[in-house]
Amino acid sequence: MAALCEGYTLCGLVPAQNRLCSGLRGIEEERDSDHVIVTESTRCATLYKVSDQKPLSSWTVKQGQSLTSSAVFNTKTSEYVAVSDNKVIRIWKEEDILLDKAFKATVSADVWMVHCPRGGEPVVLFQRGDVRLLDSLLAAPHQPVQEVLAQEESIRWSTSIVTEMQQMVIFTTELKGDHFLCLQRLNPNSLQRYHLEREEPGLSPLSFSTSYRDKHICLLYLYPNGHVYESLISVRGSGAGEGSEALSLPRSLILSLPVGDDLLEAAAAVVLDDAHVAVVGVPHPCAGPGKDFLCIWNTNFQTLQAGKEMAGKLYGQLWSYSNKLFIPHGKTLSVIPFACPKSCLASALGKLKQARAEDSRPPALVPSWNNILHGEKHQPPKTAEIRKTRTTRRTQSSPCLTTDQVLELIKTASAEEVKKEVEGLLTRQDVQDLQLSLGQLAVTLVSRSLAEPAFYTPSTLQQLVHTQCLCHSICPDLVALALEKKDYFLCQLCLQFFPDIPEVITCACLKAFISLPDADAERLSLEPDGVSFMQILISREHDQVGLQNGFTSTSCEDEDAGSGQQRRRKDEENARNPPEPVCPVGVHKAALINEVLQAAYSDTFLLPHLKDLSSQHVILFLQYLQFLYQQYSLEAFPQKHSFRSPSQNQIMDWVCMLLDAHFTVLVMTPEAKGLLQNLHRFVDCQVKLFLQLGKIESSLQQINEMKVKEDVGAYSIEVIELF
Amino acid sequence: MGEFKVHRIRFFNHMPSAIRVMAFNSHTERLVVARADGAVEIFNFADNYYQEKVIPGRDGKAVEALCWVGRRLFSAGLDGEITEYDLENLRPRNSMEAYGGPIWTISSNSQGTLLAAGCEDGTVKMFEVLEDRIQFQRNLSRQKGRIISLSWHPTGSQIAAGMLDMIKIFDAETGHATHRLLVERGLQRTSNSQEVVVWSVAFLSDHTIISGDSAGKVQIWDGITGTLVRTHLLTKWDVLVLAVSPDESSVIAGTSEGTVVQFQFISSTVDQQDKQWVRTRTFKSHSHDVRALVHTDTAVVSGGVDTQLVVRPLLDKVEKNTQESAMRKIIFPHRNLVSCAKKAGLLLFQFSDHLELWRLGESDGNGKPGDRLPVKRNPEKLIQLKRKGEDNICCSALSPCGGWLAYATVSSVRLYRLQLDNNISINKVSKLPKELNSVHQLSFSSDSSKLFASSILSSVIVASVKELECKYLHTFKPPSDSRQPVHLLSPSEDGNWLATANTGGEIHVFDVHKLKLHCSVPVCGSCPTAVSIHPFSCSLVSVHADQQIFEFSLKQKEFTAWSRKLQKQGMHPLWLQRDAPITRVTFNPNNPTHILLHDTSMFCIVDQILPLPEEKTRFYNQSVLQSLSLGERLRNSHAFKVYRNFQNLLCVDLMEDHSLVVVERPLLDIVSQLPAPVQQKKFAT
Repeated sequence: MAALCEGYTLCGLVPAQNRLCSGLRGIEEERDSDHVIVTESTRCATLYKVSDQKPLSSWTVKQGQSLTSSAVFNTKTSEYVAVSDNKVIRIWKEEDILLDKAFKATVSADVWMVHCPRGGEPVVLFQRGDVRLLDSLLAAPHQPVQEVLAQEESIRWSTSIVTEMQQMVIFTTELKGDHFLCLQRLNPNSLQRYHLEREEPGLSPLSFSTSYRDKHICLLYLYPNGHVYESLISVRGSGAGEGSEALSLPRSLILSLPVGDDLLEAAAAVVLDDAHVAVVGVPHPCAGPGKDFLCIWNTNFQTLQAGKEMAGKLYGQLWSYSNKLFIPHGKTLSVIPFACPKSCLASALGKLKQARAEDSRPPALVPSWNNILHGEKHQPPKTAEIRKTRTTRRTQSSPCLTTDQVLELIKTASAEEVKKEVEGLLTRQDVQDLQLSLGQLAVTLVSRSLAEPAFYTPSTLQQLVHTQCLCHSICPDLVALALEKKDYFLCQLCLQFFPDIPEVITCACLKAFISLPDADAERLSLEPDGVSFMQILISREHDQVGLQNGFTSTSCEDEDAGSGQQRRRKDEENARNPPEPVCPVGVHKAALINEVLQAAYSDTFLLPHLKDLSSQHVILFLQYLQFLYQQYSLEAFPQKHSFRSPSQNQIMDWVCMLLDAHFTVLVMTPEAKGLLQNLHRFVDCQVKLFLQLGKIESSLQQINEMKVKEDVGAYSIEVIELF
Repeated sequence: MGEFKVHRIRFFNHMPSAIRVMAFNSHTERLVVARADGAVEIFNFADNYYQEKVIPGRDGKAVEALCWVGRRLFSAGLDGEITEYDLENLRPRNSMEAYGGPIWTISSNSQGTLLAAGCEDGTVKMFEVLEDRIQFQRNLSRQKGRIISLSWHPTGSQIAAGMLDMIKIFDAETGHATHRLLVERGLQRTSNSQEVVVWSVAFLSDHTIISGDSAGKVQIWDGITGTLVRTHLLTKWDVLVLAVSPDESSVIAGTSEGTVVQFQFISSTVDQQDKQWVRTRTFKSHSHDVRALVHTDTAVVSGGVDTQLVVRPLLDKVEKNTQESAMRKIIFPHRNLVSCAKKAGLLLFQFSDHLELWRLGESDGNGKPGDRLPVKRNPEKLIQLKRKGEDNICCSALSPCGGWLAYATVSSVRLYRLQLDNNISINKVSKLPKELNSVHQLSFSSDSSKLFASSILSSVIVASVKELECKYLHTFKPPSDSRQPVHLLSPSEDGNWLATANTGGEIHVFDVHKLKLHCSVPVCGSCPTAVSIHPFSCSLVSVHADQQIFEFSLKQKEFTAWSRKLQKQGMHPLWLQRDAPITRVTFNPNNPTHILLHDTSMFCIVDQILPLPEEKTRFYNQSVLQSLSLGERLRNSHAFKVYRNFQNLLCVDLMEDHSLVVVERPLLDIVSQLPAPVQQKKFAT
């Protein structure tokens, strides 16, 4: 889970008069991750040691001149390069005190920017699009510069990156509302133009950010409507079509940020790693319309990972160097360290949801109606058919309400009407198109239900959840509402489909499920999958034949043989031959609890909430877990089936957590004694078994590694290589 | 680095012959081994156990006994003859009929003046050893029943003879039997009716007689009183052979079970007085009968039906964990039995009684390293040529063009013209020059126009072969007065030179055009095991039994800089630890700096450009290099690229199309052709 740490101020800012501009031209990394050089838009470039929050040195150009490109540091020569007054390239070293006495060279055309990526050469990008290596430019400063861009085209943003093979300069241009991406490769030089797809008319990208991974340049750009797009450009590129024709650049929407009522003005999105994006100047989804937030979003799961409100105005400027975000706000430049651990589902959501292979199918975006309507007979509907039904529907039902209209309707109309219209909407439109509005639908529905106790539309909510487009972050009150309304089927669905239910809610569900009387539970209609799994598991307990996996109830016999007392022996007799394990809860209740067991969680957060369970509940839960575990240990049965069922590890984790949370209470509770002893004995046997297995592990491994000796035969022709 | 297409051949059914008897000459440190097919092989124990000389046998001549008299070697067999070998010209020198029926054993007295032979008719015949022959002296008093084994008392005054059911002691002066030691019949296995054979006796200087018999006993007798001192029952089967250490403190016995049991003359308690023969160690080196044993100062040498010669050092006599203490098994001959016609893609396999000519198969296309290519055409046996006469084949050669085939026995040389194009024909060249009569090595020049044959007195005969005709050209005589046989002949690829090496360790290079000696390579202590002349650089590479490699420039007539560098730095210890000699040196025309070497367990490309491995360098580094990147690989590679995935190699040669021919002879295939071993109760069978 990405996190923003406590920030600190690096320096004060002198914003421009109109307070629209932060007064910063740029921030560049210096010799290491702890040094940056900050260029103000006026005359000054300052070197800071970040961890000390203090300037090391500062250079200023003369009154009347101004720095027009942010100063960059050339690590190879330990020199700084900047441009003043568009045409004068200045190069100095750290020991130079007066900038005017340092080297300068006037070039023949206006410079847009000097870039010096780490590991690369300094390159100069001219305003008309030509790119020169600084060295070659300085050899003949007055060399003519090409007009690469069209007449009215102008550069909006630029950067430079170094790949394994070569260095390249990337810049975007705008020409009459069209945006282009230019990829200038150096050594050998080649220019490739791409045309960015048009967003809604009049919208031009607010910010760009690039990252390089897997031989692709990943360009991320943010539009004022909150859409964040990603485009991948292969660094190999096609040699053909150079320059002349602008290729269309495919894009994919990776985030749709909530923007509130009006468009974004000063915002920026910066790639942090392959799964995280830092966004500044966009409203926090849980807070009001204010836009003074710095947020980290996970693009894989589209979840907000961390957010921080910044004091003062944000300028839509954001830099990120080695796990530190540099953000000017108000009258300060703040440094905010962040952490983006490698994001897999496990770290993004806590415990891995389900490690089994059959569950690793990608989340189906098409809702599985078949599951609801026809039970097990699941047939993936063909897209073509859907299209067809959709078009026919579209022609048939004359008054088609748009999403916005439905939203309005929800706020006022009766439950039946809402149900009808939402269903209509869902059938009419492709779920993928609806993805963004579904959340709004659900939020509106839930808020109305909460506000009006009489209004509740379980089936509609179930349908919405079934689309798998919702998650807890989008609609935080849904599970709570379901619990309140005792709609356990909805709870089950939410637990099943929401990847991000907080531990407190999970615990609340667990509590509700456990305290649910069995008789009530049996009346519930639940997901058939989980129920049939429990039915099979319980029916098996009657006709089981042999014990497997090392657990025999008599395996402790030899240790206990010496004990003398009659009573104790009887006790042990009972303990040793425990009665056939009986499921302590009913089938439906068990199915619900199983759902909790499979939910994602993180130990540290769950543990405090677990402590809220009463000891009676804990014992019952523990008994159930023991039952499950013993059933699992008997045979490799449940794993073989495709039923949705908790894995053995999940069960064990829950047992451990439960014991962690309640051990002292359990030890004191007389009813729990037998249970704990049984558990202990059972675990003991397992440990012994695995200990023995561990001993022969290497031998077994050897079997695996043993190669079947090939029969070479009397003659063969082979190819060998000597090194 | 080097990618090769390899013809991996396992259809050469070479079958070594069982070892029948051995004798060790401690002065010259030569071990002589006689095999069941009558071949006699001489190993030089002082020179890394190199098989110096092989005298092929002949049909019907089974050697039953061997005996060194000084440097002279005598054998006797069931044909009733005593044969002396000419070790310089590798043939029997003379044979003498003993007129006593089959001879079971011969033994010379320690003075080397008399040779006693035990015969089927119950006589022990004494022969006087003369300068050039042996002369019958007299019979000892004739006994009933055959004489199986003999042993002289070290003083030469008495001689013990093992017979059926008894041991007789004769006075060598008078010829009368002085004692008769009755050997008990089988204790367990055999019924009383079955007589017991005293397979071996040993007469020690303290007049102790030790016997091994067919009842599985080793018995210690007092030779003065003629009484049995002690009986050790070793096996249910036979004790076939005994051997005594030179200092008479240890005796070893070989059994039918394949074990060798050691007895030592030690005191059972701490006080020194009470010494007796105590069974101490058991070695199990063989799967079949141990028929021959030698007890040297430091090692037990054993051989038997499973054809392997095993040298097992006694760990109390040698320094531990040195090369000296390593056990050695010599399974394959130290000479080439396979000739390759590089240009024609033919292989000639030499057996003792026939030759086989094979054409290599073909495959489609190319493959990645590690691949096995589909065989488009299978290899084909073109000719199987049975030898004429009774003598076994001693050497053979195939011309590089595949047009000529020659083989030699002790008595004759035969040359054939081959036509292999459409219909295979083979024509014997009828008239051979008379100089080609006693030959022990043959080779064709690279253009197949000349035949070289090493002959008597260390000479090499050059004959031209053309159109069913063979004409004598010249005889190269060695410049020295060495008379050791030439065992290696290596004509150069360019046809200018002929390199010869003899078992005296001398290497001479002759100019084939001028028909005279070009130069001699300085003699080093060890016998060369393979020599070859580089096709381009005209330098001679020789590999010796002590695993040293030399490169001698024929132009400068001195060792090359690389060779000197190699000598200065020394070979890698792991290279020196290998126990099989390099038997072939070839060059790669594509890569002139590469030298291709092979022994029975590996082949190796020596790249003269690369740095030599230092003592600490990982020597066998192929698998390591494989896992490295190209740059790392270059940095880590050294000159010796040893490839060990092929085992039991009889031949590795490079054909003209740059493919490798690898002839393997898996040990399992040999074992499967051996007779069944004696039955032994094994646990859980």
